[in-house]
Amino acid sequence: MTSATPRLKLINVSKTFPGVQAVKSVSLEAYSQQILALVGENGAGKSTLMNIINGVVQPDSGSIMLDGVEVRIDSPRRAQSLGITMIHQELALIPELTVGQNMFLGREPSRGGWIDWNELYRQTQQVLDRLGIAISARAKIAELSIAEQQLVEIARALSYQARLIALDEPTSSLTDRETEILFRLVRQLRAEGVALIYISHRMEEIFALADRIAVMRDGELITAGPASEFTPQRVVQLMVGRELQPSASQPAQPRGEPILRATNLVAGKAVRGVSLTLHRGEIVGMAGLVGAGRTNVARLLFGADRLDQGEIWFEGKPVSIRSPRDAIRLGIGLVTEDRKAQGLFLKQSVRNNAGAGLLERLSRFGFVNFRALTQQVSDLTTRLRVRTPSLNQQVRNLSGGNQQKVIIARWLALQPKVLILDEPTRGVDVGAKADIHALIRELAAQGMAILMISSELPEILAVSDRILVMREGRITAELNRAEATQDRIMQAAVGQE
Amino acid sequence: MRSFPLSSDRFDRRTFGQRFGLALIFVLLMLALALLSDRFLTPANLTNILRQTAINGIISAGMTLVILTGGIDLSVGSVLALSVTIGAALMKQGWPVELSVLAALATGAGLGCINGVLITLARIPPFIATLGMLTMARGLTLMYTQGQPITGFPAAFRWLGAGDIAGIPVPIALMLLVFVAGGFLLYRTSFGMQIYLLGDNPTAARLTGVPVNRLTVLVYTISGFCAALAGLILIARLDSAQPTIGLGYELNAIAAVVVGGASFSGGEGGLVGTLLGALLIETLNNGLNLLNVSSLWEQVVKGVVIALALLLYRAIGSRNSR
Repeated sequence: MTSATPRLKLINVSKTFPGVQAVKSVSLEAYSQQILALVGENGAGKSTLMNIINGVVQPDSGSIMLDGVEVRIDSPRRAQSLGITMIHQELALIPELTVGQNMFLGREPSRGGWIDWNELYRQTQQVLDRLGIAISARAKIAELSIAEQQLVEIARALSYQARLIALDEPTSSLTDRETEILFRLVRQLRAEGVALIYISHRMEEIFALADRIAVMRDGELITAGPASEFTPQRVVQLMVGRELQPSASQPAQPRGEPILRATNLVAGKAVRGVSLTLHRGEIVGMAGLVGAGRTNVARLLFGADRLDQGEIWFEGKPVSIRSPRDAIRLGIGLVTEDRKAQGLFLKQSVRNNAGAGLLERLSRFGFVNFRALTQQVSDLTTRLRVRTPSLNQQVRNLSGGNQQKVIIARWLALQPKVLILDEPTRGVDVGAKADIHALIRELAAQGMAILMISSELPEILAVSDRILVMREGRITAELNRAEATQDRIMQAAVGQE
Repeated sequence: MRSFPLSSDRFDRRTFGQRFGLALIFVLLMLALALLSDRFLTPANLTNILRQTAINGIISAGMTLVILTGGIDLSVGSVLALSVTIGAALMKQGWPVELSVLAALATGAGLGCINGVLITLARIPPFIATLGMLTMARGLTLMYTQGQPITGFPAAFRWLGAGDIAGIPVPIALMLLVFVAGGFLLYRTSFGMQIYLLGDNPTAARLTGVPVNRLTVLVYTISGFCAALAGLILIARLDSAQPTIGLGYELNAIAAVVVGGASFSGGEGGLVGTLLGALLIETLNNGLNLLNVSSLWEQVVKGVVIALALLLYRAIGSRNSR
């Protein structure tokens, strides 16, 4: 492939943010008709590199060549006009508009100065159909699942005659079936001559898709080469620069007495009669497709949503949990699925984020004992290996994995008896993921009851002592560790007729 | 506002820029006025500026807490009017000064509390709820007074506006007291820290166990209380309570808070900035007076300066990539 001019060629590109050199003299090529997998832990510099290619940030030095011509990409708009599109982890669609309106935002086809809506929807539908995406062009974005929204983003990228598409963790919120559709799409794009950059932490995906692999660590490009020259173990090693303990299963702990019992929980259409029991020292994994009602159950147990019917017993006594405050008082914690929207206080420091729940506990007559707060937070962030220059650092400047650890620290500080984790490792790099898994086991070993919701079956199988599978608002299977397999879980999740 | 991952230090620099940018503008303005008018830099004039600032400063302190939660209180001017009208009327009916003052403060706090309840329990957006309170409180004031001012208060009451404590005029002392107490509340207590959490991310705050409703009600109560306190100082100084008193004060308070660097989206800003903002606006008014600028131009200049201050923040704040 070296004969062809690379679609994109970066030469000695560097970018420094105050205090951090995010990208250090990176030279990298991406070719058309190829998928380049870019891997590295969060904070390795991938996102900055992508932001440079997409014109969001300007490199301090180095040059960028597109099809052999040097270009200056000084804005995302410029990138778009050059045929460079980026599909972010966080979606950039406007929820209140339709698929078609989003797809042609700012460049609507017009006739005589008026928007030609029929033409707009016709063209949109054409793109969707060509890609085999079964979504109506007139559907509102807000009514689509996250996965469908992601497919719409990709379709939009394509409608721009993209020459280079970068996908940042595109499958982090997709189910297996949706991932397959995405893969098909990515391969189709490759066949059509697009150069693709695929950022992911998931080894299976990288090895299923990539033609070439580039590994970044601490802002540097460690290595790049044909995928055939790598093995998953090798890639992980290069990424983290250290050996990881395998997150393989350990013998099941003997579980303790029941601590939380819920019977026949009903809430709207999302939860239609769920009963479950959590025991001290036990990790219960909750599997199911996106939209099966898992998050809703978590929110009900935590008092974040209103219960239509059903009862909850805590430590043998019936309790009424009407707000998260009630739940926290009992000793229940919830690490939410959507870090940014529901967990983090982005303008606040690491200390205030991790100590958010402690403020009242460490107060006398309302005055916070800041020394104790800092001490406790510092102990926890050290224990969880949160990588941050200081506790006064704004939490928004941390990588996804470290942000997640900060939120987990917030809950550990409250020493809950029951901890519910909703997709605890979504968008988290392999190193942090292994840390989080180890931590969950450690907490259970200390007697905490854990309910872990995850869409990643390997994670469910590796961590759980017992597995609940939900489908359409009900628990359709309960499997112990010995009998659980990916197949059995999937069957229960999709409902084998 | 756009937000991209890894545009890392934008915020830090902005806070820095706002805090020092504001102080810088303030110093420059003082310098300019000192050069332009020899009457500016006299103890009497400076004391005068502080005294003038007291009213808006105290209202702005309450407004700061409200805006930090991501809300707004449009009713402060009317709450001020209704509170002082009740206080003044009670004094005229022969109530002791202390009790009348307490009644006025309780009225302010009570009206603020109603704002808070409307916002939390009835889930009415702050803008609408306090707009309703603005109209209602003003209407009640006009109805009660029949449009007539209440004048002539006991000397013990007028002390609030004209007296001094250890050489410091009472209005200035009260303003300092409000800001010091407010500072303790905001920066030292769990209540204050939780205000920042609530303003930053209300969903996360609720899920972290922050007592969101209680906090919101308290914040609006404090805002109403501050408005009543400012109003008492004002009528003590004027020795008269006009039914139209406090008209438009909400905008002055919001201006001080915003010039002070707070963000309307909540969770960003503080009392030091607000105090500087209020002082800056009052110094500007004072300077324009000294320079004999027509009062018609005063409004225009004030608006332009506020806009310039905000533009400057932005310029300092976004200079993170060339």
